[in-house]
Amino acid sequence: MASNYTLVTDPHPLYGKLTLDSFPYHDPVLVTTFAAVVIGSIGILGAITYFGKWKYLWKEWFTTVDHKKIGIMYIITSLIMLIRGFSDALLMRSQQAMAVASESGAGYLPPEHYDQIFTAHGVIMIFFVAMPFIVGLMNIIVPLQIGARDVAFPFLNSLSFWLFVVGALLINVSLFVGEFAATGWLAYPPLSGVDYSPWVGVDYWLWSLQISGIGTLLTGVNFVVTILRMRAPGMTLMKMPVFTWTSFCANGLIVVAFPILTVTLTLLTLDRYMGTHFFTSDMGGNQMMYVNLIWAWGHPEVYILILPAFGIFSEITATFSRKRLFGYTSLIWATVVIMLLSFVVWLHHFFTMGAGASVNAFFGIATMVIAIPTGVKLFNWLFTMYKGRVEYTSPMWWTVAFFLTFSIGGMTGVMLAIPAANYVLHNSLFLVAHFHNVIIGGALFGYFAGLTYWFPKATGFKLDETLGKWACGFWTVGFFLAFMPLYVLGFMGMTRRLNYYDNPVWNDWLMVAGLGAVIILFGILTQFYQIFASIRDHKKNRDLTGDPWDARTLEWTTSSPPPFYNFAKIPHVRDRDHFHDLKKYGLAHKRPESYERIHMPKNTWAGIVISGFSLVMGFAMVWHIWWMAIAGTLGMLVSWIVYAFERKKDYYVEVAEIEAIEEKRYGKLKKGQELERTGQQPGKDGAADDAVAISI
Amino acid sequence: MSTELSAPPADYTGYVEKEQHHDYGGDTVFGFWIYVLSDVILFATLFAVFAVLGGNYAGTPELKDLVELDYVLKGTALLLFSSFTFGIAILEANKGNIKGLFSWLGATWVLGAGFLAMEINEFIHFTEAGAAAWSSGAWSAFYALTGTHGLHVLAGLIWLIVLVFLIQKEGLTENNKVRLMCLSLFWHFLDIIWVCVFSVVYLMGVL
Repeated sequence: MASNYTLVTDPHPLYGKLTLDSFPYHDPVLVTTFAAVVIGSIGILGAITYFGKWKYLWKEWFTTVDHKKIGIMYIITSLIMLIRGFSDALLMRSQQAMAVASESGAGYLPPEHYDQIFTAHGVIMIFFVAMPFIVGLMNIIVPLQIGARDVAFPFLNSLSFWLFVVGALLINVSLFVGEFAATGWLAYPPLSGVDYSPWVGVDYWLWSLQISGIGTLLTGVNFVVTILRMRAPGMTLMKMPVFTWTSFCANGLIVVAFPILTVTLTLLTLDRYMGTHFFTSDMGGNQMMYVNLIWAWGHPEVYILILPAFGIFSEITATFSRKRLFGYTSLIWATVVIMLLSFVVWLHHFFTMGAGASVNAFFGIATMVIAIPTGVKLFNWLFTMYKGRVEYTSPMWWTVAFFLTFSIGGMTGVMLAIPAANYVLHNSLFLVAHFHNVIIGGALFGYFAGLTYWFPKATGFKLDETLGKWACGFWTVGFFLAFMPLYVLGFMGMTRRLNYYDNPVWNDWLMVAGLGAVIILFGILTQFYQIFASIRDHKKNRDLTGDPWDARTLEWTTSSPPPFYNFAKIPHVRDRDHFHDLKKYGLAHKRPESYERIHMPKNTWAGIVISGFSLVMGFAMVWHIWWMAIAGTLGMLVSWIVYAFERKKDYYVEVAEIEAIEEKRYGKLKKGQELERTGQQPGKDGAADDAVAISI
Repeated sequence: MSTELSAPPADYTGYVEKEQHHDYGGDTVFGFWIYVLSDVILFATLFAVFAVLGGNYAGTPELKDLVELDYVLKGTALLLFSSFTFGIAILEANKGNIKGLFSWLGATWVLGAGFLAMEINEFIHFTEAGAAAWSSGAWSAFYALTGTHGLHVLAGLIWLIVLVFLIQKEGLTENNKVRLMCLSLFWHFLDIIWVCVFSVVYLMGVL
């Protein structure tokens, strides 16, 4: 905690711990950022008002229960949070590149600020970039891949999304009102206890994760039910597309792992608010129990992030190798085995706890065993490519980059799994390099691949290919430059989270790492420019047929973007590569003779309103403003009850409307197929412009 | 493994000609089962916490010196009996007898509220005797486990009131039957959890 803040121990009944000092008006960096955010927000809000888009936003987006739109909103939020998480990374890299005492003093970030930055970086990247990115992709794609019209519980889906947004908002509020935790991303006690972190940083951490975590838990329940009960007729479990399978495993993990997080956060909250002794150093508390609990959730969590990425790579490899996926069954079983093993390895995060040789040996071996099913997958992909006619589109670039980086990350993981070696490497930069290696080179590259691959499905036009390849190149080169030096530094004895060091030998490597971060910055800028340029040139990149990659699985049978009901006729599946099967036998895009009316859920205000009250509750709890916390809680409860009493939450889409939409679709399709035959670019003949309706 | 299928039969179109009615109620009940599964994990975690901290009294009064098993047994009986009355309520609902349903749900509510009142009374008694949630690790774990169960019962009681109003307003619609089914699942689940709490916390702590 910064020394210039007043510590309020006796909260005021009206405004709790909030004082004028809570606002960091004395910090020029934060004031400038704040001013920029305010001006930016006013600009955006003003533009929305000026163009009269509020009603549109409220009706079409904020209250939507359409899984595709919710997915798009998840990914937009994730990309916005990526900017913040990556700014933190740049701050840390530049600080460490400078902070050698003998040369240039202690850098420019004071310790209490630096500690908040590395905490925020970890929290944001895992919870508010990676999680929403993959949940967003699952939202857009899973119902389409199984031939469903929405998820099982559309209202809960909207609620999940808005609860997640509240978590993200709370973290961003902490930047300008008060402080954020300075404890590291998992906030180990006793440091995170009230004795050593007496102000509001850890409370922001707790409430932001608690609220968004409950949203994630609801997502998990929702998708498990969706995948198990809403598949199209004929799609048995072993005919599900791989991405759906891996998403299923990830959501199963969410259902089983997130309650542990809920409990752990609650107990730490009680320690801080009520003075209980779960994790304190006195009166019978046990700090190591916290570490055990948080990793009993945390280890499954990293598989929640990586498994769906494996699914994405599987879809992409099969599509662009123009072959059926090699060893589907083994890949599914490998996924299931990883899912189960993820619950018996948590202790490898703290071998140094000293649980004894036999305990460490068990967890070490269990950890190494995970390399086997993971290796199986790598061979699945390689053999799919083997003798395939591989087409190196940008999703494929990300995939091959992943093969390279993830193999290295996996191997250093096995090194860390050796308890004896781990005693040396624990808490060193070697570890930091390892998990960035698997999370960036594994999960994130997968999400980028998936974003590029499915972008046309969600929006109706492709992302620019050339820029996508540049982005992948920058990211890959930048990644190796930024993180390979950290492996070396780990061996040289540099521990993580250092604000300052006095060993000049480390400095050269940290300069290289800093350069790598700058190259990654170019990658990110290229990606944002890619999205901008692709929207600008959407006519050129338009996907008229709904199948821009000549792909194999079910989601490509419908148009791009799909109509809000996804499928006018529910698909009947006979093969796991349903669309490939249809195309092979000339059944693709077969136009039904007649349509039936379609049952759909209505939009609802309840998700965003309930979440809005949870924001009030969370903020009030952080600042100990009890009346406001009670009001927020009651607001949540009452609005939920009002929603329960609402009737007519669903409606029927009449046949006439469906026919009109499908008529347009088949017109577009015909145009697209003609263009494909003649090898022309779409858009040059000024084709109808409704493809981007969903994206703008 | 990479064998592709042979040509489909002539009437295969790739889509469903006539859609079957989808069982939305079944989705909800199944989803609720999945939620209950996650709640099982929640309680399992709290049991684990109790197993780790349960002996760490650090000089504060011990459970076996404070607890009156007879009292807890009476509370337990109330809760178990409320599961029974809920069962009869469901039977009434199946018969379509709303009046019978309401009276048995009313009995369930009174029994549940009785259990909760007894538990709160016990908490006050313990706290006054120097065994508060903030006294020591063992007591923190005790209150976390029993208190979380109590909060669940409270949630069930609120839900019960809301549901009665819903049924009063709309009648026993499909929707409300599904809701009743979910609440019934929830209520019986809390019973099972309580049996575990009673055995692990009270019996093993005292005997």
